[in-house]
Amino acid sequence: MTREATRVQRIDHLGVLLSLVGALALTLLPLIVFKANRIVPGEPRALLSLLPIAAFVLYFTLAATTAVAVLIQGPRVRLLAALVGMAALVITVAMAADILTPAGNRVVRVAPGAGFWIVLVALGLLATDALTRLRPGPVLRVATLAGFLAVTLAALGSGFFDDLSIMREYAVNATRFAHEAQRHLLLALGSLGAAVIVALPLGVLCHRQPRLRNALLGVLNMVQTIPSIALFGILMAPLAALAIAFPALAALGVSGIGAAPAVIALFLYSLLPIVGNTTVGLGRVSPAAVDAARGMGLTNGQVLRQIELPLALPTILTGIRIVLVQNIGMVTIAALIGGGGLGAFVFQGIGQTAIDLVLLGAIPTVVLAFSASVVLDALTDLTRRVPR
Amino acid sequence: MIQIENLCKRYGENTVVDDVSMVIEPRTITTIVGTSGSGKSTLLRMINRLVEPTSGRVLIDGNDTTAEPAHLLRRRIGYAIQGLGLFPHRTVADNIATVPRLLGWDEDRVRERITELLELFQLDPAAYGTKFPHELSGGQQQRVGVARALAAKPNVLLMDEPFGALDPIIRSKAQDDLLGIQRRFGTTIILVTHDIDEAFRLGDRVGVMSRGRLLQHDRPAALITHPADPFVSQLIGSGDKSLKLLSLTKAGEVAAPGKVDGPALPWSVTLREVLAELVWSGAAAATVIGPDGDAIGHVTLTGILARGRQAA
Repeated sequence: MTREATRVQRIDHLGVLLSLVGALALTLLPLIVFKANRIVPGEPRALLSLLPIAAFVLYFTLAATTAVAVLIQGPRVRLLAALVGMAALVITVAMAADILTPAGNRVVRVAPGAGFWIVLVALGLLATDALTRLRPGPVLRVATLAGFLAVTLAALGSGFFDDLSIMREYAVNATRFAHEAQRHLLLALGSLGAAVIVALPLGVLCHRQPRLRNALLGVLNMVQTIPSIALFGILMAPLAALAIAFPALAALGVSGIGAAPAVIALFLYSLLPIVGNTTVGLGRVSPAAVDAARGMGLTNGQVLRQIELPLALPTILTGIRIVLVQNIGMVTIAALIGGGGLGAFVFQGIGQTAIDLVLLGAIPTVVLAFSASVVLDALTDLTRRVPR
Repeated sequence: MIQIENLCKRYGENTVVDDVSMVIEPRTITTIVGTSGSGKSTLLRMINRLVEPTSGRVLIDGNDTTAEPAHLLRRRIGYAIQGLGLFPHRTVADNIATVPRLLGWDEDRVRERITELLELFQLDPAAYGTKFPHELSGGQQQRVGVARALAAKPNVLLMDEPFGALDPIIRSKAQDDLLGIQRRFGTTIILVTHDIDEAFRLGDRVGVMSRGRLLQHDRPAALITHPADPFVSQLIGSGDKSLKLLSLTKAGEVAAPGKVDGPALPWSVTLREVLAELVWSGAAAATVIGPDGDAIGHVTLTGILARGRQAA
């Protein structure tokens, strides 16, 4: 690129797109929705008449963020602008909720409207894009995530957002929320753990026996195509029969509905990514390194543990990341058959047409999956000491 | 001493190594040369039992190699291959320490040995010990590969195209280094190559293989003067036999007493190089300089020509 060209102000395409989406959402969709109680449809409220000064500050801030997103290339500035925009948006909506809620009233609900969510997502994309351009190392990425989560939790714990509808739902369900969140993680991690224990040896076996690989991966591929709801259904009958035939199993918690079919289904879905990635990872290990290792007198077990598995680890971890993110999402559906987890709020909310309760289940699930992805990505990078 | 007795390897109908017998004297370099698919690598890999023979046996110092588990046998035999097979996730020091650690050496002794070997291969231990293989040049990786093979002081070293990936200049240096190390430690080396010049340059004895059979196993000069098989003469080439023969002898080995008028050349150059120098300078003889810098004798043009003529 010539010096002339670099001096010309370049317009950022992603910035333009996100700004357009944000501006459209702000003009066409409500930022704030007021509901007389938790299940009636909400009516939009105009921010400008509620909080004229705050509204002015918010629109000014978002305009500045837009200018940065479109005109400025520096990722640090873009990240800062996105974060400031998010803070302004969230704080303004919380202030509106505070004003709209009569003191002591526990029936009225003030929810962020569609405009809020779309602008928030646009700002989130702007922030993640800026972060990606900064190319942070694995440790810094996890630290950034931890910092972001800590700030978010502290803000939610401060009470400032308590008048927002989702926090209202949380306040009602606080004890259950902790319990279901814990159960959600337990189901996702438990099925992952079981899958790792089974899939790693299978992956090694597939690497050694190409014929077994084709057969096994074919079967696992088929399992992957069964819709999760259908798989739960398929498991219901045999598990119920097992529990009746063997009371000891029933005592252990095995039954046609509940956690047992959920864990088994998640376990089955987890096998393919781990077996597949283990096989691929081992296949990528330099044959010369393996030959040299054997030639120097490492036993087969030592070659596997000291050479093959460490070199395949980044690829295996990529498979584990896929499974963990997939499981965290899919546990939500397990609530449908009584498996529990955050999905319980989602389905309860759908049943009651209480969208805030749905969000109480859905948003933490998304945050969990995203965090798991960031952490495992960082682990993968840390184990990849060798450029490919 | 390594005795290879009637060694065969068959995969189904396909005979890869066909009844090969040879005796390899201790403290020598034996090179095995052949085209790809000649069975030379398989022969080498049967010595440390990376490939188990279909029939026949290998004795090292009189002991049958099948008398102990294969992995224990391999720990006593050095092994270096083309592409080196350095472990990419381990540092240079940890790569070199592989076999000593398998043998249970204590860490002080391992560290001492790493330093010793890195210095021997002209790599600064402080700077290179903690590097990873991908941070080294091709020539440096090659030296680490050989250092790793020598780490536990094996009596026998097997090398499969160890210099195959190197460019010609580094390759020639690596060959010199190997000769120096072999002379210093007296290691018995068996080296497989497809490069006839490399085979002649390094080998005290050269084995020629084709289609699984060992066609001839002899001193390099004998291969030139008395090829046992048309394939051997074809491999050696007919056009420059005399020059090949001259390149097997160093000036210091045949120098007659007395100084002469003419170019002064070090003892280590080959007669082929002396001949080239004499043709170039128009002199009839050259003075040979010994390792300590004194003249140790001379070689004459007629003497060189007479030696080259034996090939006819």
